Amino acid sequence: MSLAYAVSDAQVMVTRSTRRALRDPEAFFTALTLPIVLMLLFVYVFGGALNTGGKYVDYVVPGLIVLCAAFGAGTTAVAVATDMSNGIVDRFRSMPIASSSILIGHIVASLARNLIATTLVIGVGLGVGWRPVASPAGWIASAGMIVLFILALSWLAAAVGLLARSAEAATSFAFVFMFIPYVSTAFVPARTLPGPLRWIAEHQPFTPVVETMRGLWMGHTSTGAATSHEAWIAIACCAAILAIAATSASWLFRHRTSA
Amino acid sequence: MASGITKSFRGHLALDHVDLAIDTGSVFALLGPNGAGKTTMVRILATLVRPDAGTAAVAGHDLLADPAGVRRSISLTGQYAAVDDKLTGQENLEMMARLLHLPRRAARARTAGLLAASGLENARDRRAGTYSGGMQRRLDLAISMIQRPELVFLDEPTTGLDPRSREQVWGTVRDLADDGVTILLTTQYLEEADQLADTIAMLDHGQVVARGTPDQLKSSIGTEVIRLQFGDRESYDRARGQLDAVRADRRLHILEVASNGSAAQVRELLGHLEAAGAPALKVSTHRPSLDDVFLSLTGGQAATTTSAATKELAR
Repeated sequence: MSLAYAVSDAQVMVTRSTRRALRDPEAFFTALTLPIVLMLLFVYVFGGALNTGGKYVDYVVPGLIVLCAAFGAGTTAVAVATDMSNGIVDRFRSMPIASSSILIGHIVASLARNLIATTLVIGVGLGVGWRPVASPAGWIASAGMIVLFILALSWLAAAVGLLARSAEAATSFAFVFMFIPYVSTAFVPARTLPGPLRWIAEHQPFTPVVETMRGLWMGHTSTGAATSHEAWIAIACCAAILAIAATSASWLFRHRTSA
Repeated sequence: MASGITKSFRGHLALDHVDLAIDTGSVFALLGPNGAGKTTMVRILATLVRPDAGTAAVAGHDLLADPAGVRRSISLTGQYAAVDDKLTGQENLEMMARLLHLPRRAARARTAGLLAASGLENARDRRAGTYSGGMQRRLDLAISMIQRPELVFLDEPTTGLDPRSREQVWGTVRDLADDGVTILLTTQYLEEADQLADTIAMLDHGQVVARGTPDQLKSSIGTEVIRLQFGDRESYDRARGQLDAVRADRRLHILEVASNGSAAQVRELLGHLEAAGAPALKVSTHRPSLDDVFLSLTGGQAATTTSAATKELAR
């Protein structure tokens, strides 16, 4: 199979997944309102009571980005699980097309959806007084971090969607997933957490990702470590998750027969 | 075409050394009740499931050595319409045409032609999820026709459809067959196999229990079936002990026996029953249906298919 066909197959699948996403108005509405509501909630409701050594909005923007990405991953897992219980996947698999293209369609749609949410978080943040001090190079680096993180999360979501067997099971995964960012430095510094939670926060992958963005935008991290140190850990974590999730998702897709 | 296909799921033998031979350009029906293994067979031949044992050549391509070649030559229509419910009829067809690597313009032209041919022009801009069951199947079949495959698999194409939609789907299948496309369809409706198929294989518990043309199968149990109705339970029971019935209905006191249809044989049969103290109340003969064949082969288990005939008698 030539590369041109593989690219064209993937294009068709991206169009399909994007159309499906746009035609699910409830999910789309939630995905767009969530960043705005959460930003207002964290900055104006909780923010006043939280002491993070500066304006809370300066602290929380990276946290909201990963929270929205976790929500987006849940949506992707449900979309993949729904697709697998649909007869159309059997048809795709019996056609002479690259089987990866179906997953790529989901991943690209997921990336697009999450980048829109990220842009909203940044826009609303700037609107409510967020003042990043990043250089243009810092912005480019943070964009790279966000894309890598969302890609890793999207593949992980696709793998979970394939494992889940049903949209209902995938939904419960999405629910659990939304809580992981809370036990990281996304919303409060790790030093304010009690022992075991603090250990988790210091050792889970959301933290270096959040700290890398924070360091790039605000000039310093909340852990005290250098931005470049956090960045290498974040890149290593994301690359590992991406490699494992993409491999297992592709394997699952080939070997899982739909229900 | 296929030989010795065997597949088990978690210790349950779904297919037990199934052999099938399908002539190019013919309509082949795989007939059997739920759970007989029809869908598994289709999924194996369409490369979706690997058999545990056995080989097959599908449209000239070896199933195991060249699955990509098989996929290029076939089209599969599953039990549930394989259309994207969130996309319109037109978008569905264009998407599939593009996936079959038709250039954009050709994809659009083919889509327009197929929408017209399947009577879906007026629904082209509606999402497939809003279509009726019959319309979804027709869209499904239209998708199967995009590249005019050599072999089309139709897995229970009319299950759950009302009679009118079923007639429409049958029409589409006949059009396909007239175009020279080889068709393998599965069905649990004997009437459907009788209407559409050139050759039938009856599948029961993963094994082929009979095969042949509809006429061969019908004549395999005799050229005529004699239906005897008895006045009461006692004479029915007595007669049941005397005769080798192809079908028995104890509630309605009806026995059916195979025969060559000669008057002499009918006379002899009635005399025999008189002598045994089990006189028949009513006698009729009819050409055996595929129901009769199936019931005689499976021991009269498929009660649902006989309801039409018994209702008529009960009146």
